[in-house]
This record gives sequence, structure tokens and C-alpha cells, in this order.
Amino acid sequence: MSQAIESPSYPSQQELRNAPGYPSQKRLEKGPVVVIECIEEIPCNPCEQACPQHAITIGEPITNCPHLDEDKCIGCELCVSQCPGLAIFLIDLTHSQGSASVAFPHEYLPLPGKGQTVRAVNRAGEPICSATVVRVQNPKTNGQTPVVTVAVPRKYATEVRGILRPGR
Amino acid sequence: MREVDLAVVGAGPAGLTAAIEGAKRGCRTVVLDMNPRPGGQLIKQIHRFFGSREHRAGTRGIEIADSLFHEAASAGVEVMVEAEVYAIHDSTLEVVAQTNEDSLVLLSEEATTSRSRPLSIAARRIILATGGAENALNFAGWTLPGVMGAGAAQTMINLWRVLPGKKILMVGAGNVGLIISYQLIQAGGEMVAVIEATSRIGGYGVHAAKISRAGVPILTSHTIISASGESRVERAVIAKVDASWRIVSGSEQELEVDTICIAVGLHPNARLASLAECELCYSPSLGGWVPIHNSRMETTISGIYIAGDLSGVEEASTALEEGRLAGICAAASLGKERAGDYDDIKAIEGRLLGLRSGPFCQHRQDAKQELIGIGEAQCPKQ
Repeated sequence: MSQAIESPSYPSQQELRNAPGYPSQKRLEKGPVVVIECIEEIPCNPCEQACPQHAITIGEPITNCPHLDEDKCIGCELCVSQCPGLAIFLIDLTHSQGSASVAFPHEYLPLPGKGQTVRAVNRAGEPICSATVVRVQNPKTNGQTPVVTVAVPRKYATEVRGILRPGR
Repeated sequence: MREVDLAVVGAGPAGLTAAIEGAKRGCRTVVLDMNPRPGGQLIKQIHRFFGSREHRAGTRGIEIADSLFHEAASAGVEVMVEAEVYAIHDSTLEVVAQTNEDSLVLLSEEATTSRSRPLSIAARRIILATGGAENALNFAGWTLPGVMGAGAAQTMINLWRVLPGKKILMVGAGNVGLIISYQLIQAGGEMVAVIEATSRIGGYGVHAAKISRAGVPILTSHTIISASGESRVERAVIAKVDASWRIVSGSEQELEVDTICIAVGLHPNARLASLAECELCYSPSLGGWVPIHNSRMETTISGIYIAGDLSGVEEASTALEEGRLAGICAAASLGKERAGDYDDIKAIEGRLLGLRSGPFCQHRQDAKQELIGIGEAQCPKQ
């Protein structure tokens, strides 16, 4: 289908940057940190408990948007698999010279393999660049939400939010 | 005739928590459910739940169903599956049950096909937790095989592991439409599009974002005109609608799909409540005709309580809380109170208030408040 989407089905960069779960550019430059793309007041708070550093706060009422204390976040990735909305990503702009890494929840089989070259997609599902799978994490504590990390050219780090599934 | 203190109809989140609270307070409690497995809709919810820690947010529904069933069993609740209640009169439930013995707890994975027999159960208190039912949508070709409720598609993929089709159109972008679209992709289906007649996505943005990055277009202000095909759905025609719900002529487009899922809301499944002569009132925010109830979840018929989607279509989290509330209040009305009941009720009410706040949920709090207001005037006094 080639029909323009009339009402956006994902948040804009502006909306994300205004949200309390989005780290500053300065913090992003420092190294691994989570980006919480949760901008609606919905009743949900598992991320708050998932963070061992207490870097995420929802508080009362439960419909508050998650607030990220960017200095407390150590980029451990533990919250990424625990968000019921699959809305938390881990960005590392310091992954390597010129490349950044993006970790995202990926609940589709088959899982990609480490080292595999894949097509990375943006929030609209459009393939925007090639990516290399750095890690596929799926320990028991993830509760069957695997987290895939891919390396992408640095300029795409704020756009890449997933990969093309096989056969697409 | 079997005699129990408390009979609960429906073994979903509301029914099971109601039964647990009743049994914990010493009520001889039976839960009747027409399905082969307890858990209601929870058994096909493979996604993580929203809500708070108290509502087991972050846990998948299927896991909640299992733990609720075990909690009920250890509290002494008798759960009868494949037991359909078809009438309620004079505190007696008429049941068609697939059992050999009245007291048998059946938990077979396979549906038994034989030995259905009538059974009468006299209950001092009844809690109806019959859930919600999917709304239908009429359009040309809506009776073709391949057109189904989104919930039916979810049952097929998650319970029976059958993919209903390969190229799927979802009608409705509320949470149900968005979540089931995601699960259909996980099951290997291709979502051709999600269409929504209103101008905005009704479900949570995070659900929309999830299927958007999976490459699924979500078309708002679009409706379905027709489905057609030789012996099943082969294509659908969709079109834009304007602000006054008129089809924008010339905007029609044909989609090649073999399955059309309808996710245009749910309504309280009030048939049994209606048979029991509970008075209903119409509440758009709660999904349609809903039995009137007071703050103790008691209906206009003394001794009959309700909980969960039957008392207004909401979420599993609210159903869990309302079930507990109904169970505590029904037990209390039998003199089976427990120290701390008052505090428990206040805590439940507080959590319900939290769940019904925010831009998505406040309208349900308002509607509930109104319904309970009517209930306080019309339902039997304690």
C-alpha cells in the first residue's frame, strides 16, 4: 500500500524530545543511555521497578509519563525488555568510531544472529540503512522479550527502532 | 440440587478474584465457565499487561490466568469448566455441565464431547462475571468466510495455533485492534492495513508505534465498504470518510486480503443478567447496556452481584479489582466478614480510581460514578 498516513502512528522527534523520558543530547554523547518513547498518560509503571539505579520515576498518579534521571542511568538495558509498550530503547552513540548502537525489544521469530547484516527500519517501518547485529539478549529474566542490538551509522541512531523481519 | 454460598458465573479475571475473596471468607464457592479452560480472555493474552505492580503489570495475561486459577483452587474454590448457565431464577442457576459428578472439577485440555447433563445449583449469592462480547459491523460481504471478530482471530492464533489467513485487514485502531494486529504479525500473518473510521487512533500510542515500525500502515478516517470473493474473502474495498462520516467519493481503494478482522469495540455481555431480571441502563462510555449496580457491585436484584466487563467494558486490571470488591461484599452480606474488609475495600476503590484516571480512562470513572449513583438509588439497601 502506498497511501500516506494521515494521523501519525508514532511520536514525532519534537514530541519525544519534550517528553520527560528523553535524555539530553549532552547525555546521549556521553555513552549508553535509554530513550523512553512513552509520551501518553497511560496507567502503567513496570519500568519504574525494572531500573536497579532508580533512574526512572512514575510516582503518583500511575498515569504520569516516566521521568528519566539521565545521570543515574548507566545504560544497563534491564528496562528495555520490561516495558509492556515496547517503548524503551538503549542508544549508545559511542559504540565505535562513526557508528552507534541501538537496542530494541524484538518479539519475532526467527531471531537474527550475532554478526548478521540486516536492514534497519525507522518508526514508520521503512528500511533506512544497513545494520550489523551486535547482540541478541534473551535471558530468562527478559520474560520472553528478546532484546536485539544493532550497530548503525551514527546519524541514524535517533531514527532506527527495529529491523526488517525475514521475508519482508 | 447442589447448594452453595456463592456461585460465580465466568472464570475470567473478575470471576476468579471474586471467587477467591468469597472462599477466603469461608463461603462454599463454585465458579462456572462455559469454556474448556478457566481464565477468560486472559488465556489468549500473550502480551505484557499495562497497569501497576498490584495488577501484575509487565506480566503476560496467560501467566496471570494460571496463577489466579491456582490461587482459587488453593482457597478451596470449585471451578467447573464447560458448564453453561442458561437460566437464573429464585437464587437457582440452571446449568448444562459436562460432568459425571456434580462436584467434579474438570480441567481437561480437550473439550469433552459427551455426557452433557443438566444441573441445578442453589446459591445464596450470585456474582455474574460474564465479560464482554465483540460488536459486529455490517457491510456488503460481511458474512463471507474470512470476516471475523478480532477476538476470534486471537483465539485462533494464540489458543489453537491456527493462522486465519495470510493477508489481513484490521478494522478498528483501538487497543484490541492494535494488539491483535501485533499478535497476528508475530503469528506469521501480513497485516495489509489497520483502518479506523475516526480521525485518530483510539488505542495507546505505544501499541500503534509497535505495529507502525513493523511496517503496518494505520489509516485513520477510513472505513470498509465491502468484502468480496468467490467462496471466501479475497478482497476488500476501503474508502475515506469525512468529518460527518460520509464516504469521500473517489477515495475507494481495493485491497487484496483474505481475512478481515473487526475490532470496533465490545459491549457488556448482559444476557444472563437480563434473564435474571437485573435492570440495565445505557452507558456509551461503558460499552452499551450495562446492569445497574451500587458501590458494593450489587444489582437491582438482591443477592446478584456483577463484576468485570459485564459492569462496563474496561481492562483486565479493573476486572481483577472489581471481582475482589464483589467477592468481599457478597461474603459480607452473608455475615462472612473479615477484620480488615473495610480497609481492603477502601484500598480497592483507591486503586480503581487510579486506573480510571488520565486522558484515556477518566471518562470511564465519570460513567461508573453515574452508574453507581443510579445504583445507590435503585439497588437494595444493605
